[in-house]
Amino acid sequence: MAFAHAGTATASKPGRAGMRIPYLLLLPGLLWLLMFFVLPLINLAETSTKTPIAGGETGSYEQTFRLQNYVDAFSENSAQFSRSFIYALLATLLALAISYPLAYAIAFKSGKYKNILLVLVIAPFFTSFLLRTIAWKQILGEEGPVISILRTFHLIGPDTSITATALAVVTGMTYNFLPFMTLPIYASLERIDPRLMEASGDLYANGLTTFRRVTFPLSMPGVVAGTLLTFIPAAGDYVNAQILGNPTTKMIGNVIDSRFFRIVDYPTAAALSFTLMAAILILITVYIRRAGTDELV
Amino acid sequence: MANHPDAAKTGDLKLSSITKSFGDFLAVDDLDLVIPKGSFFALLGPSGCGKTTTLRMIAGLEEPTSGKIYLGDTDLTDTKSYRRPVNTVFQNYALFPHLTIFENVAFGLRRRGIKDVKEPVEKVLALVELAHLRDRKPTQLSGGQQQRIAVARAIVNRPALLLLDEPLGALDLKLRRQMQIELKWIQTEVGITFVHVTHDQEEAMTMADTIAVMNEGRIEQLGSPADLYENPKTAFVANFLGQSNFIKGTVESTSGTDQFVNLQGTRIAIPAARNSSTHKSLLVGIRPEKFRIHNVGDATTGNKLEGGIVTDISFVGVSTQYQVEMPWKQELMIFEQNDGGAPNLRKGDAVTLSWEPHFTFALDGDEDVRSGLAGADAE
Ligand SMILES: Nc1ncnc2c1ncn2[C@@H]1O[C@H](COP(=O)(O)OP(=O)(O)OP(=O)(O)O)[C@@H](O)[C@H]1O
Ligand SMILES: [Mg+2]
Repeated sequence: MAFAHAGTATASKPGRAGMRIPYLLLLPGLLWLLMFFVLPLINLAETSTKTPIAGGETGSYEQTFRLQNYVDAFSENSAQFSRSFIYALLATLLALAISYPLAYAIAFKSGKYKNILLVLVIAPFFTSFLLRTIAWKQILGEEGPVISILRTFHLIGPDTSITATALAVVTGMTYNFLPFMTLPIYASLERIDPRLMEASGDLYANGLTTFRRVTFPLSMPGVVAGTLLTFIPAAGDYVNAQILGNPTTKMIGNVIDSRFFRIVDYPTAAALSFTLMAAILILITVYIRRAGTDELV
Repeated sequence: MANHPDAAKTGDLKLSSITKSFGDFLAVDDLDLVIPKGSFFALLGPSGCGKTTTLRMIAGLEEPTSGKIYLGDTDLTDTKSYRRPVNTVFQNYALFPHLTIFENVAFGLRRRGIKDVKEPVEKVLALVELAHLRDRKPTQLSGGQQQRIAVARAIVNRPALLLLDEPLGALDLKLRRQMQIELKWIQTEVGITFVHVTHDQEEAMTMADTIAVMNEGRIEQLGSPADLYENPKTAFVANFLGQSNFIKGTVESTSGTDQFVNLQGTRIAIPAARNSSTHKSLLVGIRPEKFRIHNVGDATTGNKLEGGIVTDISFVGVSTQYQVEMPWKQELMIFEQNDGGAPNLRKGDAVTLSWEPHFTFALDGDEDVRSGLAGADAE
């Protein structure tokens, strides 16, 4: 009896300390979020309703709680807004179309080359985002391989070029965000128990049906994660439009960039940022609801 | 109605010289097997002996290196798995986690283009007594329930052949016994040929009409549970199914249907039919429960061995287990029912052993006495 008692007494102590450990582990992350996310966000919200000080020098603003800033910001830039979402959507779809077969092949068909292929998928990250985008400009450029191949096969006329077009922006974004699409899809395909596919075959489903009814639905968490990881940064991106586009392909990121750094119109930049964030949040909420991933394993 | 794959292809399942090698490792070695239509057939063997591989070849999930598979007169060897009238209950159930129980069970029917799946699915769910769980997802089910759904998902298709790969392995003993009875009942109810893989000898014995004992990719012996137990042809089978005492002996003479064997100096009789060896030197097997134990000098019938000394006694409720050392320094194991028939014995007592000749079986003298023991111990 004494022995059992001693046992419970010692067991309860680490139990109580154990209750605190999860919170202690969360602490650094929470502090980080507070410092670098919550506080800037409050600052941003505050800036977004300011107005210029009458007669003051450029870049000096006072708080007047002017919500009209939002209406103005949106109505002046609605074209860039919709362009951002259309480009981001196109890039996401393109990336999905390229990534899914790629991830599928790596997960199921690559054998001993699996790790090498995965490294190759991530390899572009070893060079800077900016350099990669500039390189992409050269690839699509007049002397680049894409144009010459297309011209050789008379798929485009001798005067058509790709650089400084919407196409270049979308392909650039597709390229830049491809790993964000490939890796989550790979991860969820990899996790699927191959015996489920065998079971499907055993239950009279041929290869295609097995893919439609078993493999693809089970890879949905990866598809949802991948599309979000591609769409969200793509919608806010400005580097691709800047380097690969022209004035008519400006995205909302470019507007925010120029408002903030060039025109020093902080309130409008802040209002645009907030609007973008809200729009993305609404879109992905609807999307996740529709995809119903929380029901998936 | 769409073509039902089973319609034409029924009959006995026949494996003809089936071989499967992985690299230079022979997982299944030149296997010949006929499984009669409508039977409950068990494939029993230790871990790694090739049971799953054999099953996968029948299901079409693995391609035999050589050999043929027939169902009735149809050659299935090159038929894709989704075209075979065969369904499998997988070792880990392999239920589709994204589908409800109802849709899991309806999967095979839908793939065959059957429009009205509601009735057959509900019927089979009622059969496995899980109709109330139809809208749940597999992860919301207990292991035993998942197992029954896996069976339901397979038998709803009325395949010619149902393959079960250790479907009860993950269940606790009580649930396993209950499921064994249910499976056996379902099999009689639907009349489908069941091929049941297991490494649990008790499971195989209680469920199957016919058992094939497999070892290292080959079939050691095939027969009814009683036949395998009473008349094992190899030490492996004798050890894998139950326990045995093996005593070395040599054939002295044969007269009519009886053989006389010199068993360590004592002459005993064995029905010739129970000797599966043609050699002169034999390994004589006697199951522990076949021995009777007597005080020295008591009257005995049948064969008799004298000069034993009790070295250990353990009481296990329904029976008592004795360890008896024989004059040739071999320890024998004897089980006696606790029905008052056995004398009151203590350690060190001298005893005489007797048994009926027809409970003896004889194997080749060069059989390995310990073969199959590791597998049996692992149980
Ligand atoms: N894909 C494979 N590649 C190489 N060897 C394999 C493969 N599949 C099975 N084997 C080998 O073949 C042998 C038989 O395997 P199998 O799965 O048929 O055993 P089993 O009798 O079902 O055993 P268990 O009772 O443990 O399930 C084993 O030695 C195993 O290592
Ligand atoms: Mg197995």
